Amino acid sequence: MAKYALRLFALVYLLFLLALPVGLIVWRTFGDGIGPVIESLSSPEAVHAFKITIVVALWAVAINTVFGVGMAILLARRRFPGKRLLNALVDLPLAVSPVVVGLALILVYGRYAPVGGWLEGHGIQIIFSMPGMIMATVFVSLPLVVRAVEPVLVEMGEEQEQAAHTLGASASQTFRRITIPGIRAALAYGVVLCLARALGEYGAIAVVSGRLVGQTQTLTLFVDERFQNFEEQDAFAAATALALIAITTLLLTKLLRPKDGD
Amino acid sequence: MAIEVRNVTKTFGVTPVLRDVSIDVASGSLTALLGPSGGGKSTLLRVIAGLEVPDSGTVTINGIDATRLAPQRRNVGFVFQHYAAFKHMTVHDNVAFGLKIRKRPKTEIRKRVAELLELVHIEQFADRYPAQLSGGQRQRMALARALAVEPQVLLLDEPFGALDAQVRKELRAWLRRLHDEVHVTTVFVTHDQEEAIEVADEIVVLADGIVEQAGSPQEIYDNPDSPFVMRFLGPVTEIDGRLVRPHDIELSDTPLPDGATATVTRIVRLGFEVRVEMSLDGRHTWAQITRGAAERLNLAPGDTVHVRPTADARLIPAGAS
Repeated sequence: MAKYALRLFALVYLLFLLALPVGLIVWRTFGDGIGPVIESLSSPEAVHAFKITIVVALWAVAINTVFGVGMAILLARRRFPGKRLLNALVDLPLAVSPVVVGLALILVYGRYAPVGGWLEGHGIQIIFSMPGMIMATVFVSLPLVVRAVEPVLVEMGEEQEQAAHTLGASASQTFRRITIPGIRAALAYGVVLCLARALGEYGAIAVVSGRLVGQTQTLTLFVDERFQNFEEQDAFAAATALALIAITTLLLTKLLRPKDGD
Repeated sequence: MAIEVRNVTKTFGVTPVLRDVSIDVASGSLTALLGPSGGGKSTLLRVIAGLEVPDSGTVTINGIDATRLAPQRRNVGFVFQHYAAFKHMTVHDNVAFGLKIRKRPKTEIRKRVAELLELVHIEQFADRYPAQLSGGQRQRMALARALAVEPQVLLLDEPFGALDAQVRKELRAWLRRLHDEVHVTTVFVTHDQEEAIEVADEIVVLADGIVEQAGSPQEIYDNPDSPFVMRFLGPVTEIDGRLVRPHDIELSDTPLPDGATATVTRIVRLGFEVRVEMSLDGRHTWAQITRGAAERLNLAPGDTVHVRPTADARLIPAGAS
């Protein structure tokens, strides 16, 4: 009996916390059929928000994938002074609120800050523009790839890579043919988590983007703006689209994931 | 000489692992690096392979100074204790790896891999993944993979250490036969003196980062330089402050010239051989005799027995270690 009680509790808990709210959004979105949804999503502001979201997310994922794999190799394979500090720094984004991240970026890269001012003098605008939004997204999703890949690298050990070296493989051949296939599943998982996080980011983006409608507005900001203005149909449609994108990415990687050797 | 190691020193942190080690490995030989764990034998093997860089000293492979050469340029085959199988590749692709890196033609690769899989008797598993093989099969695959690139020297790091006793014995005999077929200069690391004696032409005993002795198995067994080597290579016991092999002890029920007198404490029959445990001047000692000899003596616990080393016994003062 205890077994069933526990299952029931878990089910009810998740129902009220996750399934019901998300389900209701979908329900409200399609309450008047598919027509208004298409109309909401094809408005120029919505389309623009889509584009901005995708571009920011893809950049953030690309940067975090390269950085994450490199960092994971550094942490799993090398011993050096300051490694513990580096390890702690990687987790910092989890501890800092996204809003604080946004403010911190403005303090360094804003127009009236030394670094930001210097860059602006050279024609590069960070804050209230794409670079700042990408930086903010990279910051908040920084640990996801590292933390997905690092334990797998540790568990895999160095011997396969060393064996490849003794068989004549260079460092880059070993990385491509041994290391990457070895961490493939974990890397895919990390990338999906990172993508989901990047698509859904709100707090840091809200601060650094300046919420300029039709310029720096992402989908999450679009949802918020429409909701504040009582345009619920637009807000719900965009929210559902966001959720669908996330779910699709998740399913895609499950389908695309090649069979593992073991 | 296929491999010459000269004055190699290696320290991990503050712990010296190799201290001024020099060894020679003859071309075409099968050499065992034998010693207790932590003695530096695996590190020495990894230095030869280029997987570790020595703090000082040189490594020469077939006349070329390889000390600073990256492992991928040394053309050595290396077999790891835990196989280091490429988990995401089939057995065929594992063995083909080195050849693909060398960009050999596809038909040649296919032919060579087939030959090697046959050589190590796993040709029927070519399309399986390593996880679908037993430990012994995985290790044979690793050996085929190392041999595929026709290495100048083959290095094996405790190759049978992770296998169970029965498979280990089979693979030992098989490795010896394989070496007689392939003739590649081979160095293997082991802490099992029986394995070293059974398989190797040459044994290098390493302990505490120092070469204790090097020579043929028989030389080392019969003429150990130190009490340590004598103890490590086989069973020893002590009579009158001297180390002696238990099978080099003569027992008699009548007094022996230069003999000592002991009291039998226990008799253990192990099939063909019999262990006679004795107390000699209050110290424990034992002799290994044949069943025939035991029956003639007809000993029982409590009996008095006269003991001395046989005329050709190798004796070493016990105090030195």
